Amino acid sequence: MKACGTVFKYGDNIDTDVIIPARYLNSSDPKELAAHCMEDAIHSTVPFAANVKEGDIIVAEKNFGCGSSREHAPIAIKASGISCVIAKSFARIFYRNAINIGLPILECEDAANDIEMGDKVEVNFDTGVITNLTKNKTYQAQPFPQFMKEMMAAGGLIEQTKVKLGLK
Amino acid sequence: MGMTMTQKILAAHAGLESVKAGQLIEAKLDLVLGNDVTTPVAIKEFKKIGVDKVFDKDKVAIVPDHFTPNKDIKSAEHCKMVREFAHDKDVTNYFEVGQMGIEHCLLPESGLTVPGDVIIGADSHTCTYGAVGAFSTGVGSTDMAVGMARGVAWFKVPSALKFVLKNKPAEWVSGKDIILHIIGMIGVDGALYKSMEFAGDGLQYLSMDDRFTIANMAIEAGGKNGIFPVDEKTLEYVKEHSQKTPVIYEADEDAEYDAVYEIDLSTLRPTVAYPHLPENTKTIDEAKGLEIDQVVIGSCTNGRISDMRIAASILKGKKIDKNIRCIILPGTQKIWLQCVEEGLATIFVEAGCAFSTPTCGPCLGGHMGILAKGERALSTTNRNFIGRMGHPESEVYLASPAVAAASAIYGKITDPAEV
Repeated sequence: MKACGTVFKYGDNIDTDVIIPARYLNSSDPKELAAHCMEDAIHSTVPFAANVKEGDIIVAEKNFGCGSSREHAPIAIKASGISCVIAKSFARIFYRNAINIGLPILECEDAANDIEMGDKVEVNFDTGVITNLTKNKTYQAQPFPQFMKEMMAAGGLIEQTKVKLGLK
Repeated sequence: MGMTMTQKILAAHAGLESVKAGQLIEAKLDLVLGNDVTTPVAIKEFKKIGVDKVFDKDKVAIVPDHFTPNKDIKSAEHCKMVREFAHDKDVTNYFEVGQMGIEHCLLPESGLTVPGDVIIGADSHTCTYGAVGAFSTGVGSTDMAVGMARGVAWFKVPSALKFVLKNKPAEWVSGKDIILHIIGMIGVDGALYKSMEFAGDGLQYLSMDDRFTIANMAIEAGGKNGIFPVDEKTLEYVKEHSQKTPVIYEADEDAEYDAVYEIDLSTLRPTVAYPHLPENTKTIDEAKGLEIDQVVIGSCTNGRISDMRIAASILKGKKIDKNIRCIILPGTQKIWLQCVEEGLATIFVEAGCAFSTPTCGPCLGGHMGILAKGERALSTTNRNFIGRMGHPESEVYLASPAVAAASAIYGKITDPAEV
């Protein structure tokens, strides 16, 4: 499985209030949430919702997704068409939410240090190799633990639960 | 090798003799929590699973507290969906407007969280119940859905940081100042994926309300949970509020910690976190004098009766500055009534404050006190992220109820010792 797209680059501690501000949490519709995704990333040079295309990739520095547990954050990112989020580290609730709903995420410090806004990047989820097509460089991400791979392969936590309960 | 308090609770709930940091386990849940923002998403996921019932109708708690009393039509639709689900699944612990409070003030008060429990909640501040010696952590809506269906959750067993709190806190230093100091020291990802375990002789000086505040903000240091050892104060609190039987776990003497921090509480100062991260802390001596537009006293962090009492002790007989809006939100109906009965409500209203029904409201920029562009709030809440309380170009400063009340009087950040 591969992803390929243009990068939206962010810094440290991008919190879930920035990813999807609470003023939009009176909706749980993925499309509506996507329309306001990253709206409060006011220091970003490229407005996200107006420019994001199917397959694009978010790259951030440390502690991406900190703060509120709102699953609306990974839902909004996924519904925006983002194919993968790469960061130096993820806040733990965001990390498990992304895994649970099947939004691919990778931890890779080298990639986060080197990749810039607008770079074209390809990600191979099987090998964890991230290729920066703009800079002609590669980076090696931490592969998923087996437990996570199994959940992703099952299609997320809900599908895995159906199997465990004999409902599928 | 010994286990931490958290590891012991997780091992017992996973049916294992022992666990170690990094191990992936499935643990049985004593309580699954959701609110009006996260439960609608959980209900959609729950329906996909295809089970008819929740795993145990007494072990699910649903508290519509974020955008309630309903702030707009969309929120009303969400609350209706949540209400109908709770009714349909016969959820015992559904708290309607009029009985509800801010979830993390309400559940311990309702006796639903006791020592030794494993609790997940689709709200990041679920870590609050570590104050009573439970393992308690925030998750997302899908985890809530699966928790409601199966009564289990997957966990990566955390390693731990130990915070040894020493001596009696200095005057005007509360649980809020202690946790802000700690977050300032280790950073907003200083405890990422880890437990924060509190210990030391200083604990004897911390009320249960102080401990709730400290455990509540473990997430603001990235922590998986924050947890206190069970002592006489804990058992007294649990006896007063709960019919459930506490199970006491203690960290092994040879438990391994990634780091041990010693903090002399007698040397701390009232602490203020500057925008836009809780780690941007300054002492009151550095912060005082900064002009503000709004003060908020309340939330799952500081909406308990001792928070109300200290604010009232400062506001008694005073008027707040004419340029300030001061909004006070007690955490539960019980606390609201206590404020009325003890005369605190009168003090607040006579000082010129708004005194509200319980709601998370302004803390997350929901309603009941949204900031305009360029406005500045001093708040006893837990987050000061960009746009947290309103306009993306507004600012939130975090502090204790004492600092908040003192600051409301003068219209600028004020040391409570100088009122």
